[in-house]
Amino acid sequence: MARMKFLCDADRCIECNACVTACKNEHEVPWGINRRRVVTINDGKPGERSVSMACMHCTDAPCAAVCPVDCFYTTADGVVLHSKDLCIGCGYCFYACPFGAPQYPRVGNFGSRGKMDKCTFCAGGPEADGTPAEYAQYGSNRLAEGKLPLCAEMCSTKSLLAGDGDIIANIYKERVAKRGYGSGAWGWKTAYRETIAT
Amino acid sequence: MAEILARVRYFAGALLLLIALAVAAPVSAQQPSPTNPAGHAVKEEQLMQQLQRLDGRITIPDQRAATLIQPAGQNWRNFHQQTLHWIGGIAILGMFVLLVVFYAVRGTIKMSKPRSGRTITRFNGVERFTHWLAASTFIVLALSGLNITFGKTLLLPLMGPEAFATLSQWGKYVHNYLSFPFAISLVLIFLIWIKDNIPGRVDIEWLRRGGGIIGNDHPPAPRFNAGQKMIYWSVVIAGTAIAISGYLMMFPFYGTTIAGMQLATLVHAVVGVLLIAVMLAHIYIGTLGMEGAFEAMGTGEVDLHWAEEHHSLWVEEEIERAGLVHRATPAE
Repeated sequence: MARMKFLCDADRCIECNACVTACKNEHEVPWGINRRRVVTINDGKPGERSVSMACMHCTDAPCAAVCPVDCFYTTADGVVLHSKDLCIGCGYCFYACPFGAPQYPRVGNFGSRGKMDKCTFCAGGPEADGTPAEYAQYGSNRLAEGKLPLCAEMCSTKSLLAGDGDIIANIYKERVAKRGYGSGAWGWKTAYRETIAT
Repeated sequence: MAEILARVRYFAGALLLLIALAVAAPVSAQQPSPTNPAGHAVKEEQLMQQLQRLDGRITIPDQRAATLIQPAGQNWRNFHQQTLHWIGGIAILGMFVLLVVFYAVRGTIKMSKPRSGRTITRFNGVERFTHWLAASTFIVLALSGLNITFGKTLLLPLMGPEAFATLSQWGKYVHNYLSFPFAISLVLIFLIWIKDNIPGRVDIEWLRRGGGIIGNDHPPAPRFNAGQKMIYWSVVIAGTAIAISGYLMMFPFYGTTIAGMQLATLVHAVVGVLLIAVMLAHIYIGTLGMEGAFEAMGTGEVDLHWAEEHHSLWVEEEIERAGLVHRATPAE
């Protein structure tokens, strides 16, 4: 089984936000929820870099550790998913997540949160693969159809890579060797406790 | 004439420019391109070493999303999954064991004299309402709060995921809504009993004699002894900390950042488990631990001998006041 990971080659990202749009469209993500976003570091300064970020599907995920109802699970592909039927919307996963991935629809009064929503690596949820019930809660399940996440698939500069960790790490390594520079595998050390030696 | 001069100047200028370019061109060809993007590029590794939190700019309205990476989340996870379990476990279980041992050794503290049959009003209706408002809401808040931290370990294996999630969901609602009556009771507690809870010299004497916990000593005490004053101030101070941090959590990111939210949950949890431990002792001494103590908050009336034994200065004061009132009324 592959160990699925995301890798954003920030030296290629042009902050077009197409990954964000593709994700929202593919999964019909409601208003105010962003499963993926593009953050620009050192904006306007020499050497600024944009990074597309979503759930990194961490090894030993902090969200799963702190969840009071244990609604998270990791698939055989290393994808971190959760059950919205069990989620109580406490917001703890957002405090623990190093990447700001968990999102909550605003429901009711005060700051009360609905069921948490986050990037599924286009792998749906605990419901049967490809069912309307799964789509309604988690969006489409491309992985079950043998496809990779849409954000990375349609990235125009091939900055965002999604797939088996070893394969995408090799692609990145080759790129860095060829062009002579690379700003690093953003978030890898935090998420996977390892980075890509270049 | 002037026209010819201008043309000569024009050609001379053009020639000079060509010579300059011819000289400069090979030089610039040898130097690296000034637009090499590797020159100033920010590196993730370097930034992460310098900063605890990587913030940038985003184009969506949710400004929380501007934080790209916050490894502090891992620290918060360690606090929540390890430190908090230890603090809570030691404080609550430790207090429970302490009380069991104390009960085994000392038993219920009996009144040294038989009941007098005469009673004195210790707490009026408003005071008892306030106490039981705080007590009833606190018990539910404490249990639903403990469920968030310990339920996954203790209840989930017994109940199964669906039932436990439903219970926790209701626990969350109850925790949020009961916070309002609890906060109101805190304000009332503060206002009603502040005048009797100012620390004084008599408290030093009471503490020096250990409150009479060991042996059959009964050091003099006003309406509230030093131990009760400590309970009062821990409720007021810890309760305020819990209420403030709790409302910050109930209104997430209203004027707080992710660091503020992490701090709020930390304060709420740690102060919460410590207050639960303190309240266990309070509940023990008010019920099982001491004969005649529960009546004070039950009916509001305590036996005169009990009052003289435990709150001698208060009884003297009350009798004196009653006497004054008596003297002010016309002769019988």
